[in-house]
Amino acid sequence: MSTSNEPGLSAELLESTGVRVNRSRTDSAPDKFLRVNDLHVHFPTDDGLVKAVDGLSFDLEKGTTLGIVGESGSGKSVTSLAIMGLHRGTRAKVTGEIWLDGEDLLKVSDEELRSLRGNRMAMIFQDPLSSLHPYYTIGQQLVEALQVHQKMSKSQAHTHVVDMLGRVGIPNPDRRYDQYPHEFSGGMRQRAMIGMALINNPELLIADEPTTALDVTVQAQILDLMRDLQAEFGSAIIMITHDLGVVAEIANDVLVMYGGRCVEYAEVDDLFHQPDHPYTWGLLSSMPRLDRVKLERLVPVAGNPPSLINVPPGCAFNPRCAFKEFSPRPCNVDEPQLLESYPKHDSRCHIPVPKRAEVFAERVAPKL
Amino acid sequence: MSLLTVTDLKKYFPTYSQKIFRTKGAPVKAVDGLTLSLEPGETLGLVGESGCGKSTAGRTILKLLEPTAGKIEFQGRDITHAKGEELRILRRELQMVFQDPYGSLNPRHPIGQIIAAPFEIQKVTPPGGVKKEVQALMERVGLNPEHYNRYPHEFSGGQRQRIGVARAIALKPKLIVCDEPVSALDVSIQAQVINLLEDIQNEQNLAYIFIAHDLSVVRHISDRVMVMYLGKVMEVADRNSLYERPMHPYTQALMSAVPVPDPRRDRERILLYGDLPSPQNPPSGCVFRTRCPLATERCAVEEPLKVELEPGHIVACHYPKVRTVV
Repeated sequence: MSTSNEPGLSAELLESTGVRVNRSRTDSAPDKFLRVNDLHVHFPTDDGLVKAVDGLSFDLEKGTTLGIVGESGSGKSVTSLAIMGLHRGTRAKVTGEIWLDGEDLLKVSDEELRSLRGNRMAMIFQDPLSSLHPYYTIGQQLVEALQVHQKMSKSQAHTHVVDMLGRVGIPNPDRRYDQYPHEFSGGMRQRAMIGMALINNPELLIADEPTTALDVTVQAQILDLMRDLQAEFGSAIIMITHDLGVVAEIANDVLVMYGGRCVEYAEVDDLFHQPDHPYTWGLLSSMPRLDRVKLERLVPVAGNPPSLINVPPGCAFNPRCAFKEFSPRPCNVDEPQLLESYPKHDSRCHIPVPKRAEVFAERVAPKL
Repeated sequence: MSLLTVTDLKKYFPTYSQKIFRTKGAPVKAVDGLTLSLEPGETLGLVGESGCGKSTAGRTILKLLEPTAGKIEFQGRDITHAKGEELRILRRELQMVFQDPYGSLNPRHPIGQIIAAPFEIQKVTPPGGVKKEVQALMERVGLNPEHYNRYPHEFSGGQRQRIGVARAIALKPKLIVCDEPVSALDVSIQAQVINLLEDIQNEQNLAYIFIAHDLSVVRHISDRVMVMYLGKVMEVADRNSLYERPMHPYTQALMSAVPVPDPRRDRERILLYGDLPSPQNPPSGCVFRTRCPLATERCAVEEPLKVELEPGHIVACHYPKVRTVV
């Protein structure tokens, strides 16, 4: 992070020299609103190097939603913290590129980053109680978020905040303004968090498991709210979750992570109707469904997620993969590349694409 | 004869004011009139939002909490006020699997000792000795018996939940209350534990009361499902009847809120507004009326009775109507 190149210049430089050939880089460079390119986040620890994110690339347009799915320890939260620049000042080594509207967030100064954070990009955390300050009223906390980035008188800020609280569905926003977080229920706190994230109309909103701690009825309210606000403000949303149902409901594109890498990246409809990676199949077939009774037993993914210090050699998923017999080459030697199997549908697997389609249709789909 | 019969069970928690003289306030009615019966080998799913009283119900049935009123009969015997020695012997038949695989295992005991605790407490020696039996249990739940001397922190969440299951089945009980046993686990691991619970049930003809907020998991595992709201039962029915033809507006709203992993499916969503009212001061009449899309004046005055509208399908609502939502 010591390089202080002028961001626009370095982008051009990379473009012209054509280093790192990557599908998402070559098709059309700067018109994407957010582009993450070959992101690595490594944590040195006493036990070894934890490769929490290892070579992740994706992009996102305004007004669309990317769902990042994965189990605990797959690197999804670490990715979101990297985009927000929240690994700065820690021992984490973040490399790669994160382009937000033409600026590489990994190269901007702390000062510039601070002016972006909470302003052009904002984050909603999983646990609203520990993300809100218990000593300040909800109103004070939202006013602070507003006044850090915008010159505004106290009374203007007050009006603006009350308006925002009302918009995220908090009843009696005038009275609620003066209450403390402990006086709010879980759903209301999450609404207040969303209000705080949206107070400066961010163009990029990262939601890290925003509904995991909430009841389904409240989850439905929050997802609806996020959809409405996206339609109104045209923000780009990154939705991080382990719930494939939530993804199906809200995302346009989906990225499936396993062991710090992307294993499948597709449009939402393709991901659910032509999933192309054995791990995605595993996730889908291990889930009980509300809309049907699975006649057979659930098909769990065997074993446990890998340690990020000793990621298995070859394909990180190979020790748990039930389909490696179909691979023409050993899965535990070379790591498969993330390749385009179908238009706008990438996956990382050694099994040839037609064979994968066949295995899915014959062995996996009937049990879903 | 049913394995378990619960009649009009109530569990109230007293509240006190914060003033100098701690005068008694209105009690929190966590469970208010629960009636159910359970056959051997059956699974009853208990669902509802947080704060609906489902965990309190499970704990009261197991006598971890003293019931305020009502009757619990186990194998025809009244156990409502069992205590002391009687209760200790009873625990051989009634066991529990807890939600938190981290908090429910003593970190200073090796897992061999944790799984052996029921034998020690009950002063039972299984044929072949405690250690052999514990290792057989470990093998049964899919743990390596050689890990007998390891401590809980050396295991992953899924493995710890297996330890909890091994401990619960050690004395071959007839009924296990599973309180959110898989909600702390990742999906791929969740399926492993669900399959394990199903296999053990089939082997030992165990009955489960399966408490969960995840309606998909409950649909998969239960034979019958009970929906609770604010301490009261809203609807009970066979699994298929409940999921395919729910009649209570709360059940319908709850189901319609669950996201389904299929982006092509366009479902109608019944949105509930607001939050759960305080159980200390529940609404008059029907407790659900403040959030119910169908509520009328009658609902504020008159509490709906539980009516069996179809065989085995009981609904507590003034305006029940079948509506398919999934």
